[in-house]
Amino acid sequence: MQLTRRQTLGLAGSAAALAMTGIQIAPVFASAEDATKYIMEFTGGKEPTAGKVSLNAPEIAENGNTVPISVSVESAMSGDDLVESVMLVADGNPLPAVATFHFTELSGKAEATTRMRLAKTQNVIAVAKMKDGSVYSDTKLVKVTIGGCGG
Amino acid sequence: MAKPRVKVPNSAKAGEVITIKTLISHTMESGQRKDKDGNVIPRKIINKFTCEFNGTKVFESDIDPAISANPFFEFTAKVNESGTFKFTWVDDDGTVYTDEKKIEVN
Repeated sequence: MQLTRRQTLGLAGSAAALAMTGIQIAPVFASAEDATKYIMEFTGGKEPTAGKVSLNAPEIAENGNTVPISVSVESAMSGDDLVESVMLVADGNPLPAVATFHFTELSGKAEATTRMRLAKTQNVIAVAKMKDGSVYSDTKLVKVTIGGCGG
Repeated sequence: MAKPRVKVPNSAKAGEVITIKTLISHTMESGQRKDKDGNVIPRKIINKFTCEFNGTKVFESDIDPAISANPFFEFTAKVNESGTFKFTWVDDDGTVYTDEKKIEVN
């Protein structure tokens, strides 16, 4: 196909416009895939099973700057029935990592509460790693009215 | 200046599981924000929090920029004897903030 000068310019222009919008959207937020990859690094490639973990988060967070999040895992917290760590992940923030709690027998219970930032409406995921190597998870969708990343 | 605040009950029964609340004032600059000239404000957060009882680890958290300003943690501890809880916060710039609380167990 023979291109005229006008057609060539037009094509180049639209390609540039596409590239620009691509740049604006792409790098700002972590995608669900990034979050999954991050979880897999934590579990050593093991797919977490649903159950045992319960994640408590508000259904609607008016202010994304401080969203209370609490997590608890069913466990006797002694001997082999021990929760070693719980990782919190957000799949729509600039970075998926939120925090990782490490428990011991002296914790008594595998429970913790903190406050986190949410940039927009997204899933918050808690993944628990037990002493015997099994992994469990729970996911909550939190709707955010005002984003919390100051952008 | 980061100022830690910690709530621990004064006394407990042996074997009881108590609740501890901690808060430290800190801006937790995420490293994602830009100033009005468009320059990225460098990250400066508390990246680790640890609680020990009589020298043994009770609870620890690795902290990422998604934790809110003035990081708050509530967790539990099983107390079998009287002693001292030691709380440690580590800043990105290497500063370590600490606090201690005694508990009487009977």
